[in-house]
Amino acid sequence: MVKVVLPGHLRTLAGVTGDIEIEVAGPPTTNSVLDALEARYPALCGTIRDQVTHQRRPFLRYFACEGDLSHDPPDAPLPAAVASGAEPLFIIGAIAGGAFPHRSECG
Amino acid sequence: MWAGGKGECGGGEFLSGWRGVVGLGSARIPINSTQGEAMSRVRVLVGTRKGAFILSSDGKRQHWEVSGPHFAGWPVYHAKGSPVDPNRIYASQSSDWFGQVIQRSNDGGKTWETPGGGVTKTPDGMPVGESNKYVYDTSAQTGKPLTTHQWYDGTQHPWEFKRVWHLEPSLTDPETVYAGVEDAALFRTTDGGHSWQEMAGLRGHGTGPKWQPGAGGLCLHTIVLDKDNPKRIFIAISAAGAFRTDDGGTNWKPINQGLRSQYIPDPNAEVGHCVHHMAMHPARPGVLFMQKHWDVMRSDNAGDLWTEVSGNLPTDFGFVIEVHAHEPETIYVVPIKSDGEHFPLDGQLRVYRSRKGGNEWEALTKGLPQRDCYVNVLRDAMAVDSLDKCGVYFGTTGGQVYASADAGDSWAPIVRDLPAVLSVEVQTLA
Repeated sequence: MVKVVLPGHLRTLAGVTGDIEIEVAGPPTTNSVLDALEARYPALCGTIRDQVTHQRRPFLRYFACEGDLSHDPPDAPLPAAVASGAEPLFIIGAIAGGAFPHRSECG
Repeated sequence: MWAGGKGECGGGEFLSGWRGVVGLGSARIPINSTQGEAMSRVRVLVGTRKGAFILSSDGKRQHWEVSGPHFAGWPVYHAKGSPVDPNRIYASQSSDWFGQVIQRSNDGGKTWETPGGGVTKTPDGMPVGESNKYVYDTSAQTGKPLTTHQWYDGTQHPWEFKRVWHLEPSLTDPETVYAGVEDAALFRTTDGGHSWQEMAGLRGHGTGPKWQPGAGGLCLHTIVLDKDNPKRIFIAISAAGAFRTDDGGTNWKPINQGLRSQYIPDPNAEVGHCVHHMAMHPARPGVLFMQKHWDVMRSDNAGDLWTEVSGNLPTDFGFVIEVHAHEPETIYVVPIKSDGEHFPLDGQLRVYRSRKGGNEWEALTKGLPQRDCYVNVLRDAMAVDSLDKCGVYFGTTGGQVYASADAGDSWAPIVRDLPAVLSVEVQTLA
């Protein structure tokens, strides 16, 4: 079970409060988590990644375990702590400034 | 993208008895009206940079109920109700962060849904929502090659979907809606917004590489339907110009003859004109009015030829243009100082009305701020109701929505502290 933290606007759109726990078949990747998320909440289709190319929208970032996964291959396995549900995958709206530390040792 | 921030306008009084407070939920105001006036109601749909608002009144248009913000925090470019089923309202919710979302209401804006976007019971429980999916049609059977358009610097630029600017519900079918999008193209749904298909004949007209973005982007912002001829549609694009189809959208022709734009290499070019808005009276489908970047224009032959009717306007730059509900020769504009200074001349907010279809204009100022007003009125932010005494409404980038219940003779703000207003539509309800 993977935990996903959405920005407030997307929680409203999906009709959820708090974190989302979602089942993903096999080793979770960014793509497989988003596939499962969009399948359960179709209103989120196109809001995080392009509906056709599946490219991440430019003003969004993916963080986990104090690391920036935004530019990792979307089919790369997520950190073990995310896969186990110990740490969430954060989907964050980019605002301005500040470099997030590179991926920590938890992966 | 949107010129101007929140303006600080002096002057202007609240409509008598208005005590609403804009905020979450709705502020219900007691209505004291005669039975006859109460038979009619008006609903004003307002899109703003931070959500949608719905302003409701009885036919007297003196006491208003304000509901919103709906979709709080999101820009709502446009919201419009179906002429066939007024409780069916479509809204375009759009964000640079999260993309395009289509919202639909079946109860006059009390509740909303994303068509096809409900929560599924299981990961494969229902088809993935297509309501937010706008994909240019490049198929061999129905589409057109995805060519390039001109970028600001004159180079060619790939076509990329960004947002829906305008939603135009069908005049006959509440499930059918046309969507004008950026980068400029026309889409249509026939299933209530669940799925959208491009009407690719427009983008494939062949002049696409000459289309260029205006300051707001390469947007298709105006869609005018003809109630007498369902196969005829007019659209306008900034900055390409106006186009018309007479076969339901398969083939399109540019209708820009007579437009003159000194800021493009060929001022009389077939395409490339920055049309800001067009309006047409439903009873006279061949007569079109246009607010171009500069110049107010009219056509008496469905756009085949345009003539300038700016006449005595103090400036003929502006964005909105609208036609009186019962007087097809009475039109309204809001002159804006210039393309470099997007606010009224001399800090005086003035609507101009012509009762002769242009050329002779009168300033309408009663109730509007006549000093220190530096707001803008954007292209989709004026509308009329169809009550006996035609109501006229417009919204500003300073967050005011002004209403006139006497065809423009006098004005008062319904609300004055909304986020910047992007669009205003009006529904007259029996």
